Amino acid sequence: MTNTNENSKTHSARSQEPGSSRLIFSMAIAGFISGIIIISIYILTFDTIKENKARELREAVFKVLPNVSTMQKLHFSEDDSGADNKKLMVVKADGMDDEMMFAGYDQQGKFIGYAIQGKGPGFQDTIHVLFGYLSSRKNITGMEILDSRETPGLGDKIFKDMDFVGEFINLPMVKNIKAVKKGKKSKDNEIDAITGATISSKAVVRIINKAFNKWSPRLPQQGNEPVLAKTVVTKESGER
Amino acid sequence: MATDITAYEEMIKGLWRDNPVFVQVLGMCPMLAVTNSAINAVVMGLATFFVLVGSSFLVSSFKQWIPKQVRISLYIIIIATFVTVVDYSLLAMLPAIHKELGAFIPLIVANCMILGRQEAFASKHNVKYAVMDAVGMSGGFMIALFALGSVREILGVGAFFGVDLFGANFEPWVIMILPPGGFLTLGLLLLFFNWFTERRRQFLDKVAEAERVAVAGVDKNG
Repeated sequence: MTNTNENSKTHSARSQEPGSSRLIFSMAIAGFISGIIIISIYILTFDTIKENKARELREAVFKVLPNVSTMQKLHFSEDDSGADNKKLMVVKADGMDDEMMFAGYDQQGKFIGYAIQGKGPGFQDTIHVLFGYLSSRKNITGMEILDSRETPGLGDKIFKDMDFVGEFINLPMVKNIKAVKKGKKSKDNEIDAITGATISSKAVVRIINKAFNKWSPRLPQQGNEPVLAKTVVTKESGER
Repeated sequence: MATDITAYEEMIKGLWRDNPVFVQVLGMCPMLAVTNSAINAVVMGLATFFVLVGSSFLVSSFKQWIPKQVRISLYIIIIATFVTVVDYSLLAMLPAIHKELGAFIPLIVANCMILGRQEAFASKHNVKYAVMDAVGMSGGFMIALFALGSVREILGVGAFFGVDLFGANFEPWVIMILPPGGFLTLGLLLLFFNWFTERRRQFLDKVAEAERVAVAGVDKNG
């Protein structure tokens, strides 16, 4: 009796075991529904995320370039005449790539300075820096970290330590700047590194030097700065 | 009425008696990685809460249709979908905090506490119990994260939720916000938790013993 009972049990269990088609079907259904949900959330949040990034960048530009009320994007690329003739051109496109920089203007539309971006390895991951540059006075006017993953509490002082950030305000940029041990600063082009975050501080200085050396030959002669186009980003609103 | 009491118990057990961190020691990866400040800990706790409750609800609702041969893959699909939703929502609503939490939001998928609850509980109980269990477990996880995050932020930065506590003369204990500080704090919290549980058990034993003696005494006299 017990034996037959067990037999029928195993038999019924075997007949109940789902075939591969059912397994594949349930996986496919789950994957399909999950895909739809992921696509919808992506579409729903896409604009906000883009907006956030653009706003962050806009705020950073206005922060590193004082007294600037409007800005426009400049892209270093070929103009219509063809190859081998790269120059700075005003662009309105969204997004940002490595060949992009910004020009800031005051309320009368007069050119003030450039905001130059640079990327480079930090202590843990790429640091993305934006700094303002006054070509007329050869001064760095300020520095903002756009993106970094430095150690919380140590490396992140490159943007949290106001003493360090403040050193980049009105910093003469005649020759390359140099990071020195805190308190050892003796020359104009030297920066006091942060105690406990020497690598991150040196990385910031290196990135700025590299970006500066890359961009300064590209900048137009004084007086030939790109003029302000009609549609520009203002400080108060997004587009005007 | 009786079912209400057990559902309530399912929730309470996760908060303290079966706390996923202090008792089961699960989900250690986010536990150690993102608890360098109280706000990070709370956001991570909330994200885990959303994912766990959502997944438990779905797994429990569809448990009849989930073939047991592919159940783990299906659980992972469900969990990963919720995690993606959390990831994009945070990126849209709290970009600053998303930046701090970084890779650890997508890694909620691999939080063994969540998969563990699906396999051990949600797939075997009805929706009500599954959700209560998920609320309790993620609540307990959040309490643990918050405890660790507060301790580390207070000692390591001298602040709580970004508000400075001790003034300029406080020399922050930097190691607390670095990874070793996470291990140290977690170890000490586990020690405290176990000590407390042991003391409580001894106390209850003593009470039970006293009661037994009293009852025996009454019996003898009576």
